[in-house]
Amino acid sequence: MTDISSEISHNWASSNARSRISRRYRRDRWLRNTGVGAIVVAMGLLGILLTSLAFTGYVAFTTTKVKLEVFLDPAKVDRNEPGKASYRNLVREAFLANFPELKKRKNKREAIKILSSGAQYILRDKVMDEPELVGQTISVLLPLSDPFDQLYKGVVPRRINALARNRIASFESLKQRGLISVENGSSYLSLAIVVGPAILKNPKRGPLKKIMRRAFAELFSGETGRVNYKILSRDAVKILQARIRKDVNFAGDKLQVKLPISPIYDALNRTGKAEKLNPRFKSEKVLDLFDALVTRGMIASPFSWELFVNSDSRFPELAGLAGAFSGSLLALLVCFLISFPVGISAAVYLEEFAPKNKFSDFIEVNINNLAAVPSVVFGLLGLAVFIGFLGMPRSVPLVGGLVLALMTLPTIIVSTRAALKSVPPSIREAALGVGASKHEVVLHHVLPLAMPGILTGTIIGLAQALGETAPLLLIGMNAFIPSIENVGLLDPATALPTQIFTWGDSPERGFVSRTSAAILVLIGFLVTMNLLAIYLRQKFETKW
Amino acid sequence: MLSIIPLSLAALVLVAYFGGKNRAVAVVAGRRSTLHSRPLYHGTYVAVWVGIPALLLSLVWLFLQGPVIDILLVRSLPSDLRDGLDGSQLQLLLSEIRSLAKGSVFGNPTAEVIAAAERYKAWQVLAGWALVVSSLAISIAALVITRNHIAKRFYARHRVEQVLDWLMIACSTLAILTTLGIVVSLSIESLRFFDLVSPGEFLFGLNWEPQIPIRKGQVTAGGAFGAIPVYLGTLLIALIAMLVAIPVGLLSAIYLAEYSSKRARAILKPLLEILAGIPTVVYGFFAVLVVAPALRNFGQIVGMDIAPNSALAAGGVMGIMLIPFISSFSDDAISAVPRSLREGAYGLGATKGETIVDILLPAALPGIMGGVLLAVSRAIGETMIVVMAAGIIASLTLNPLEPVTTVTVQIVTLLIGDSEFDNPKTLAAFALGLVLFLATLALNVLALRFTRKYREQYD
Repeated sequence: MTDISSEISHNWASSNARSRISRRYRRDRWLRNTGVGAIVVAMGLLGILLTSLAFTGYVAFTTTKVKLEVFLDPAKVDRNEPGKASYRNLVREAFLANFPELKKRKNKREAIKILSSGAQYILRDKVMDEPELVGQTISVLLPLSDPFDQLYKGVVPRRINALARNRIASFESLKQRGLISVENGSSYLSLAIVVGPAILKNPKRGPLKKIMRRAFAELFSGETGRVNYKILSRDAVKILQARIRKDVNFAGDKLQVKLPISPIYDALNRTGKAEKLNPRFKSEKVLDLFDALVTRGMIASPFSWELFVNSDSRFPELAGLAGAFSGSLLALLVCFLISFPVGISAAVYLEEFAPKNKFSDFIEVNINNLAAVPSVVFGLLGLAVFIGFLGMPRSVPLVGGLVLALMTLPTIIVSTRAALKSVPPSIREAALGVGASKHEVVLHHVLPLAMPGILTGTIIGLAQALGETAPLLLIGMNAFIPSIENVGLLDPATALPTQIFTWGDSPERGFVSRTSAAILVLIGFLVTMNLLAIYLRQKFETKW
Repeated sequence: MLSIIPLSLAALVLVAYFGGKNRAVAVVAGRRSTLHSRPLYHGTYVAVWVGIPALLLSLVWLFLQGPVIDILLVRSLPSDLRDGLDGSQLQLLLSEIRSLAKGSVFGNPTAEVIAAAERYKAWQVLAGWALVVSSLAISIAALVITRNHIAKRFYARHRVEQVLDWLMIACSTLAILTTLGIVVSLSIESLRFFDLVSPGEFLFGLNWEPQIPIRKGQVTAGGAFGAIPVYLGTLLIALIAMLVAIPVGLLSAIYLAEYSSKRARAILKPLLEILAGIPTVVYGFFAVLVVAPALRNFGQIVGMDIAPNSALAAGGVMGIMLIPFISSFSDDAISAVPRSLREGAYGLGATKGETIVDILLPAALPGIMGGVLLAVSRAIGETMIVVMAAGIIASLTLNPLEPVTTVTVQIVTLLIGDSEFDNPKTLAAFALGLVLFLATLALNVLALRFTRKYREQYD
């Protein structure tokens, strides 16, 4: 026998083997580190999501208001019929009383825009509630309109960049070539212009402008993109014309002229910044008036109860979530009343009573599939069956709740079955042993013991239903609800997630923060519900 | 008036329950132990028979009342009023009559219409009272009959348990009914759609312009229903989502399952699950608020033109949403690989990384694939993110920097604010819904296959 062990013996100490081993461990570390990286990426995205919503949303939890002294003139407000007075004029006069210097109607009209258009209704409601105030001078806090609300909170700037990045770049390229100069406090562009003799004799502005533009465009001949003619001042052609007229006999036909550039680029050249008034504000004057109010201490930004007690509004500073709360609450109520008993019954049947046959298999396959059907398909089902076939009205919480119930059902059934399964057989056998019927075993012993698990699953299912948007959108539960006077299962309604969708689509700047705030409220609800579920599970669940 | 029914029914049920209970005790002269069933069951037996039939009758009645009265109303109209009207004009007339009956008058209704409105009102009142009377009559009759059943040897408990069984079976079949409802309603509307537009054009056409003229003479595109660009957009966005979700989800699952300490896992896993609990409308807003502008700015810096509603933004955000989905499925699959395989690999001297890459991942692959397929099904069925962040106009492109549209976006935009199911525009939404349902169904079944095969392998 030959000694084969010596042939395959391996020199673990050789540098080759060592480097192989260290390479293998390097690969192991690499896998571990990319795993950490993936977790960091996921957590970072979660962090960005939550912080960006919090940063845009927190400002909506306050409303900027102005404190006004309003004299409720008995000649204008009838104590017996306070609803009839013109509160618009009352608010207007009280507000403009702060600016006696405003004389022109146009200026007054601009100034009044600082106030929210809904301010008059707030005063009206206050007087309607307390008619005895008529005759007194009362001090009220009235909300500002959206641009000024956002300005006070520092969300929108007074002045914005007037020029896009590529426009600044085109100007910078001229500057680098030394074509821009400053004389007497304003900037000029040196341009070489070729002027034919015919035009020299009779310099009309039209053809001159064409020539000037052509010469200007040649400066950018090597570059792609549109030529930024806006750099040239509007007066440039006038200056050029004057220059030619003054200097008719200039030698050669190449004319080196210094033409003025437009004010905005002039500012960019001399100060490094090109800004203009934010177009949300009508004029600098209005901003001065607003600043005056701020320095007089009349502006404050208290906590916004309006966000919770107002209903939807076209004006972001007045829009609130009350309508969405009521709609979501009603729909969830319907959803719970249907899915909870039906889900438990189905789960009990499948887990405790159903014979093992094709039929119960089919039911199970259906339940598993329903859990994975896209939510928008449930919306189509609701639209076709509940609204189209059964003739129920659109936009109502009853239909919304029914659709949500169908979607929540699989969640409840699955969690109920898991809870039932976790009850040990000894309980069932003991109950059967003392003579209980099978139904009594389930009703008296198994179900009560499984209840914490069932409730946990139900709450989680309802939390999912609370965040569902697409099916509600399809059945029209995104109605505009300006007041919560008509709230019922059969009245048009909106829900929290559809309200978020509607606000998220609105163009006003104020709705951006309102949307984020509504999202924070929704997430608050979801977290509360999930914490409740966790608490229930830990407090009541029996470990066998 | 109709609120009488639930109130009186509830009262009757209570009366029946306690009446039945007392009756049972009285029948055996107070010696409860001689009864076959406890008095409670006798009471419940009577109450069930009093309550359920009347409730069913009321529900059926309420569904039928409207259509039946409509038919009667049309029959009763003078023939010169209803002759020569097509379906929609007749509906218009009916709704005029109905709103008149409610008390809101538009224009100058003719005498016939006023008379019809009066009849409509009268019939409604009549039908309401008839329902009240008949449901109460059924309840009372049931009360009398079933109360007489109560006897010493009456097996009330068995009867009640039978009813319970049937109730539970009915509840279980609701899942079947829901599936059936989805299939049937989508199919019917789709068939109506395919009457107007050929299935060939819908499935293979390259041009999707569903804006059809609603009024006569309105200038719009002719209405083209070739859905290939829509499918392509859906797939593109789902692909982008998967490119984000699969690497991040799978790698974090590997870390959580194999490398992390127990404590880190206990903190990190629930944090990841938070991503799964956030409503999709929030992701949609996030895409519009943060991701799309960020991509656009990035594009400007590097000199690319990225559309504000690019497929990249919508797909990327959808990928974030799907990270926990993939990671929890993969985590489960990796953790479920038997210890023996792991230890065998370690015994041969494999590093942890080699064990994972060469042993665990191949073994867990079917489970991971099942999760990925379910995630794909989620991605193509996801609605709110794309409705808010993707485009509406269907363009035949695979460029992720340009806006594309998806099946779900089209369903929502075609149906919002439109309730008449008689034009190809709204019906197209149902056809798209059917395609979506079938596609997700196929993916789910496939995913279930994978996971089941995987379980059989190791259980």
